[in-house]
Amino acid sequence: MNAPHDNTAASTTSPKSGDVRIACLGGVYSNYLALEAALVDVHRRGVDAIYCLGDLGGFGPHPDRVFPLLQEHGVTCLQGNYDDSIGNALDDCQCGYTDPRDNHFAQLSYDYTLAHTSEENRAWLRTLPAQCRLDVGGRRVLMCHGSPRRVNEFLWESTTSTHFLEMLTDDHAADVILGTHTGIHWQRELAGGRRFVNVGALGRPANDGHTHVWYTILHVAPARCDAEFIPVRYDHHRLAREMAAQRLPDEFIATIETGWWTTCLEVLPAKERRRGRC
Amino acid sequence: MSDRDAAPQLTMSHLDDLWFQVGGTLCNYTCHHCFISCSPHNDTFGFLTLDDVSHHLTESVALGVKEYYFTGGEPFLNPDIVPILSATLQYGPATVLTNAAVLKDAWLAALAEAESHSTYSLEFRVSLDGFSAATNDPIRGDRTFERTMRGIERLVAHDFLPIVTAVRTWPIEQDDEQTDAFRDMLKARGYARPRLKLLPTLQIGAEAQRSEAYGPHDRVTATMLHGFDRRTLVCEHSRVVTDRGVYVCPILIESPDALLGATLAEADRPFALTHGACYTCYRYGAICANPSSPS
Ligand SMILES: [Fe+2]
Repeated sequence: MNAPHDNTAASTTSPKSGDVRIACLGGVYSNYLALEAALVDVHRRGVDAIYCLGDLGGFGPHPDRVFPLLQEHGVTCLQGNYDDSIGNALDDCQCGYTDPRDNHFAQLSYDYTLAHTSEENRAWLRTLPAQCRLDVGGRRVLMCHGSPRRVNEFLWESTTSTHFLEMLTDDHAADVILGTHTGIHWQRELAGGRRFVNVGALGRPANDGHTHVWYTILHVAPARCDAEFIPVRYDHHRLAREMAAQRLPDEFIATIETGWWTTCLEVLPAKERRRGRC
Repeated sequence: MSDRDAAPQLTMSHLDDLWFQVGGTLCNYTCHHCFISCSPHNDTFGFLTLDDVSHHLTESVALGVKEYYFTGGEPFLNPDIVPILSATLQYGPATVLTNAAVLKDAWLAALAEAESHSTYSLEFRVSLDGFSAATNDPIRGDRTFERTMRGIERLVAHDFLPIVTAVRTWPIEQDDEQTDAFRDMLKARGYARPRLKLLPTLQIGAEAQRSEAYGPHDRVTATMLHGFDRRTLVCEHSRVVTDRGVYVCPILIESPDALLGATLAEADRPFALTHGACYTCYRYGAICANPSSPS
């Protein structure tokens, strides 16, 4: 197994101060209908910037449809493992599954996504940075895909110790670390007012029996720094119909229609698995 | 031997996974494929006490350890195991490797309670090497299939979702049919959503006698590590605490060179990948980790 390409170039945005709200979108997985609905919600609430933490393709239909939305709305995107794979036409998605059935379904999505992503969009994916740093009112915010040290590291709530997260904030000189990659949102306050946030995913529901998906608004003010998870309802029946028309697996369509994961389950730790149905 | 073919030294990038040889080498089973010759009579390594483990849990905070693993021998022969696992869940996620044969309902109730008060998962990895007594017992011993299955049923009754781990004692081409047979059997015994992990055999300990020991060419060389993701090697991010010191990995505790020091700090030094088992770890990767943290 080869190491995922490490695009460590980080972009830095100029310091902001006062009361700042940043929309953070997690894995989109080709769910352009959820992305569209999230962007409407973001604009209605009003934010200072919109970021997407990577994994634009996979799972859903018509991968090319997410790109114009992200670009028209000025969303700053990071390169997830999926984007590295699609951009560079690698053999697989580098999601980090070890179970043969998980890998079988992951490969079906990956082959479909690679075949249906334009050369122009693949070239754009190759230009995305792996990480991004912001100075927000003196707080050092670090955005990444999996973890600051590895693009496809799973940081699950029930398998990530607090002192490990504190070490990451020390090692990477950050007060707030934001990631995605696992598909389930959570956050933890750390010592010294620091914080880790998994911003969740727009691409598929959070294995909770609800069809809506999630994004995150990070709110930074002189006296506060916290994350709010925002549910997004969208036309999931339409997405399911389009997935069926594209002959994507019934297992994926069932997830969109029920809110329960049906594949890539073996990667879940006990607590997260117990909350699901399959 | 040229430098390119010499055994490479591997440095730990960070101590992600802290293992405890909590059951020593004492086991109620005497499996023919055990990679460390555990048995009811092998007391080369003894139990760790709650005090031993607590000391290292405290030490692990400053080191930023991500997850804790407990193995043996059979961890549930250790009279301190329930308080040890309960204490660990206040620090981070805990995984215990067991044959499930000696589990008691009172212990599982206490552990379910401890997990419910914790942010973290308690994972049980239960070793079972065949989907029937006819396939399992020749490897793990008489009546071990039924004893382990009763343990799995107990775990499921307490709402745990054990990861059943099977050593691949069949040709790799049979993986699909073997895992299907495991899943069907587990469902028939009341485990509705079975979790399964396959492991390669390690041709050391008792297994070296059962099949064959590693040959001289079954070794990792410096050339092989070129462009290779070293994080898939256990020793790149793990160490194991035993009652005789800190070793490089849970597989090699019977090898004198694998003893790296008395403390976690001392054990943070490079290790030469000279063993046949290093080659298996290289070939298959992530053999000791849970699927939720593959490397
Ligand atoms: Fe990802």
